[in-house]
Amino acid sequence: MTDPLWISLVKAVAVFAFTLTLVPLLVLAERRISAWMQYRVGPNRVGPFGSMQPLADLVKMLFKEELRPAGVPAFLFGAAPAIAAICSLFMMAVVPLGGTLLFGGHSTRMVVADVDVGVLAVLATSSLGVYGITLGGWASNSKYSLLGGLRSSAQMISYELTMGLSLLSVLVLVRRGDAGLFGSLSLSDIVASQASSGIWNVVKCPLGFLLFTTAAFAETNRLPFDLPEAEPELVGGYHTEYSAMKFGLFFLGEYAAMVAGSAVVVCLFLGGWHLPFVTGAEAVGVPGALLQVGVFVAKLLVFLFFFIHVRWTLPRFRYDQLMDLGWKVMLPLALVNLLVTGGLVAAGVF
Amino acid sequence: MDERTGFLLFSAIALVGALNVVLRRNPVHAVLWLVGSFLGVAGIFLTLGSGLLAAIQVMVYAGAIMVLFLFVILLLNLETPRFEGISLARGASLFASAATGLLLLWPFVSDRSLQAPATPAVNLPVTAANVGMTLFQRFAVPFEIVSLVLLVAMVGAIHVARRPRRDEPA
Amino acid sequence: MVPQSWYLLLSAALFTLGVAGFAARRNSLVMFMSVELMLNAANVAFVACARAHEPVRGTVYALFVIAIAASEVAVGLALVLALFRLKRTVNADEIRELRA
Repeated sequence: MTDPLWISLVKAVAVFAFTLTLVPLLVLAERRISAWMQYRVGPNRVGPFGSMQPLADLVKMLFKEELRPAGVPAFLFGAAPAIAAICSLFMMAVVPLGGTLLFGGHSTRMVVADVDVGVLAVLATSSLGVYGITLGGWASNSKYSLLGGLRSSAQMISYELTMGLSLLSVLVLVRRGDAGLFGSLSLSDIVASQASSGIWNVVKCPLGFLLFTTAAFAETNRLPFDLPEAEPELVGGYHTEYSAMKFGLFFLGEYAAMVAGSAVVVCLFLGGWHLPFVTGAEAVGVPGALLQVGVFVAKLLVFLFFFIHVRWTLPRFRYDQLMDLGWKVMLPLALVNLLVTGGLVAAGVF
Repeated sequence: MDERTGFLLFSAIALVGALNVVLRRNPVHAVLWLVGSFLGVAGIFLTLGSGLLAAIQVMVYAGAIMVLFLFVILLLNLETPRFEGISLARGASLFASAATGLLLLWPFVSDRSLQAPATPAVNLPVTAANVGMTLFQRFAVPFEIVSLVLLVAMVGAIHVARRPRRDEPA
Repeated sequence: MVPQSWYLLLSAALFTLGVAGFAARRNSLVMFMSVELMLNAANVAFVACARAHEPVRGTVYALFVIAIAASEVAVGLALVLALFRLKRTVNADEIRELRA
């Protein structure tokens, strides 16, 4: 089912705008929530309850002077933050926000690109995101940036394995009986399989959920895994030398990756746009579609709150602890998880 | 986008990338051009109707193997080497590679049957399910052998790259 | 539609560039990259030739090639690291311990 060009365009613009709107709101929420958790006031000067703070920050970033250190390759220095931002934004393209929408004789799936290898596309783009950070570190011509970039590439390679393996356990859970869904890697189909079995994947394989979420934290460089930008050790990490909007793009990339990562977790483990115990129709009209997207966004926001809460609760790992955790704890656990889930499926439990 | 446009676009990307890998002196630039070339090849797989392979190409080659290259280059912190000049050996090797290329090209020019557009077979589409079934049934033994090769390579790589302890000879 | 020979020509061109890079460059890292180019060229040929007969088989072959390439890179980069520790260079011409 291919859409006419204008529907594709509308969907692309809508998802792009949705993500870009969510990012400043998320920044504001993060600052307010962290203040609340630490008995501080937080930003409350600009607008009612500080609601205009992200806008003020944006204006500040746009008008700041752009600095470029000496001996820096101009093209790569500029390309690095763009790569970081594009890769995180791109991930949202394969995430379905709802089922199939029927209106005025058209029927379209509520996802920008319903590719049949959706899960692999997520992994592929998230692994390409490493280049933005690594190159930013290298192109800055500064030892602190370089160390930050090196750390991030090592960290992301290590945790990608856990991410992929815990994802496999979700794919195993798609039952052979589900006609048309078996063996599919599309996120829409994974959501549909959870709806048809009535149980979310988080219940069926809680360990996989835990591992995937932890790996997602590491992939987005959030605390407790924000080693690449550890302030006390490496000044600012890979973005030490960046200023103005180039820094803003790295910032945007990090928060967009958070949004995309949470959206993927919602699709894989939390049933996507479905409510528990309510089996709605897959194809819906406009009101039903709004309801589906609403359910999805609600789940997304809860998960993002969790993201922020963890950041302001846990201390940072040391680098060797991070590597030990990734290779000696999470990777074996992911293998065991895959084995157990596969065994349960083969035994006909699910 | 029809197949012809896709092919021309992606093969241009792949070839320009590959050319620059050979020509760039700075190894970091070579890595980046190679990533570009791999993305072009992934596009070629897409036009050939294998989205699965395209995704795996991006994930494994561009996302993992080349990051490893970049990692090692940054770790060694190499400076950009000077141009070493053209030696007799280098001229001879370039001549040899050109000869290889011509040798490889010859069958495609002479064989008429390859000029016709290939009609894609429709019996078994390239989906993850079909590839998995083929991989684990018909190719089960090669699959096990490859996994063994990977394991041995991993053990070997760890052993070779390990920093020798103080009390043992380097 | 694109004739099959176009894909094979692309494959041949990529392979030749790989051979040229491997033969002419002395930086061992770039030499490894050229090997990767050659393996990729082989993959293009596999998938293009399999399309008319059994597309799934071409993909399976290409998967095997990618797995072998990954193990080759792991061992190769480990060797480069070990050599760099010993000789402070990655230039293949300066590593001549085994030359008689």
